[in-house]
Amino acid sequence: MVIGFYFSMQSRFSKNLALEWSRQSGNFLWPIFFVAPAVLGFLLWQLIPIAASLIISFTDSTIIGETNWIGFQNYRQMFVSDQLFRQSLTVTFYYAIFSVPLRTIAAFFLAVLLNQRIHARPVFRTIFYLPSIVPAIASSVLWIWLFNPDFGLLNALLEPLGFGKLQWIYSTQTVIPSLVLMSLWDVGPMMIIFLAGLQSVPRFLYEAAEIDGANKWHKLIHITVPIVSPTILFNLILGLINALQTFTQPYVMTQGGPNNSSLLYVLYLYRKAFDQFQMGYASALAWVIFLAIAGLSYLVFRSSPHWVHYDGK
Amino acid sequence: MESKPINLLEKKIMIQTDNGKITKISIYFLLASGSVIMIIPLLWMIRSSFMGMQQIFIFPPEWIPTPWVFTNYPEALTTVPFIQYFLNTITILIPSVLGTLVTASMAAFAFARLKWVGKNFVFAVLMTTLMLPYAVTLIPTFLIWAKLGLINTYWPLILPKWFGGGIFYIFLLRQFFLTIPKELDEAATIDGANPLQILWHIIIPLSRPALITVGIFSTLAEWNDFLGPLIYLNDSRKFTIALGLAEFTGLYSSQWHLLMAASTVVITPVVILFFFAQRYFIEGIALTGTKG
Repeated sequence: MVIGFYFSMQSRFSKNLALEWSRQSGNFLWPIFFVAPAVLGFLLWQLIPIAASLIISFTDSTIIGETNWIGFQNYRQMFVSDQLFRQSLTVTFYYAIFSVPLRTIAAFFLAVLLNQRIHARPVFRTIFYLPSIVPAIASSVLWIWLFNPDFGLLNALLEPLGFGKLQWIYSTQTVIPSLVLMSLWDVGPMMIIFLAGLQSVPRFLYEAAEIDGANKWHKLIHITVPIVSPTILFNLILGLINALQTFTQPYVMTQGGPNNSSLLYVLYLYRKAFDQFQMGYASALAWVIFLAIAGLSYLVFRSSPHWVHYDGK
Repeated sequence: MESKPINLLEKKIMIQTDNGKITKISIYFLLASGSVIMIIPLLWMIRSSFMGMQQIFIFPPEWIPTPWVFTNYPEALTTVPFIQYFLNTITILIPSVLGTLVTASMAAFAFARLKWVGKNFVFAVLMTTLMLPYAVTLIPTFLIWAKLGLINTYWPLILPKWFGGGIFYIFLLRQFFLTIPKELDEAATIDGANPLQILWHIIIPLSRPALITVGIFSTLAEWNDFLGPLIYLNDSRKFTIALGLAEFTGLYSSQWHLLMAASTVVITPVVILFFFAQRYFIEGIALTGTKG
């Protein structure tokens, strides 16, 4: 989004329109040839499906049987009488509110640590990135085993410390915190993006601050954070989009349970669409999360002038 | 009175060097404990995959398998046809990655090297899809494939990759193509080369690192894809390795020695790929974050 925004700012092409057109009118077929697959792909797998999704959301479409236009009935049903919709929305936000900031903070601190003058930096970087390349399905299977209350690793480590027998993903109280904990395991890509962002912090700022007697913490809060704030924004927004659409973990690990306490939104949508074949209703669900994501991203963006600094260099 | 500033300064230097040592040590300490936290789940997985059924259910748990049970692997790999799933995954993966490489470099070439009306606008529009939730396109896309009668085939998983392969890859390649000197194109044009020849003979050979990066990312994406095969494939003979592991988990939910062996098998190829091509990973990801 940051990127998209940046380029849309650049796209004031009309200024040179006449000029470019006269220069290029001879061989405009080449650009068409090169971008045709990508643009067609955009139309076929993005634009048309989005429009179709909106239309389907106003119908009672199931794969078999006839389809009727039912207006806002899906949406009405969702907000008025669908307990599971409310449940899944609540649970999803509960997950995202903890997962996104914690992952961003963890990734940021790991990047700061890795950015110090230390030995064996590539080794540490490799280790911290490793969990992120594990396929979601495999890490889900692995974490079910780690969370096993009787024979799992986590209780084996924590029980001697007096934590008692935690139930992890098997209790309504702890299932979401458990998934949040698991999401902290793969912060690799976020960390690398922060690490790249940290390279843009000029050294002389730190040196100037040191002369003024600033300690490590001051330097971090007053120099590093403001300068990498665009990267923080980027990670927050992409993290939010991903967190609100988490699917594989609840699908494989908890099937939404116990008692729907980990019924994340896309899992509910998947069930409506592909278990119960309520395509109309599921499309309405999709549009609600689409608008929620767009709205939240917009809010984060609107807040950004207060905390994101673009004049860092 | 007069010696006070000097004293302060000396003190500060002393504290700083002291501090320096302490921070160094604490940085290493934090990194080391972080590393342990990251690695332990994987070690746990491997240790479980070599254990017998009895040893795995001992509390408090033991770390070293006694004896080492190597038969977990052949047992896990034959109870569910993982070899078949592996071949299926490759069948999807190769044409998908190829399609992504071909059509993404074409689009990236048009965005980076050609002048045309509306270029920036089209690029900006395509970039917005980076933010688009997949949930919203999932159902209509499925319905279209269902209408075409192509559910339970590999077409829905492969064909979209021949249409740009995803804006992320186009963006990545475009960023790289932009760094190649424009003079090369101009010289080739004067020599009578057309844009396709320029792309093939000049840009592609100079862009090997970027193409490898895209190849690796898309290979990983195919290997790890779960939702796509889950929705489009229902015949278990056509399952991919990710689906196979999910199926296996459903069938043998408490056979942890077998499940961990199967998981290890699924993870190992990507880990090997990662170790060999780490540089491309790191640079590719870094590129997406900074140039925004």
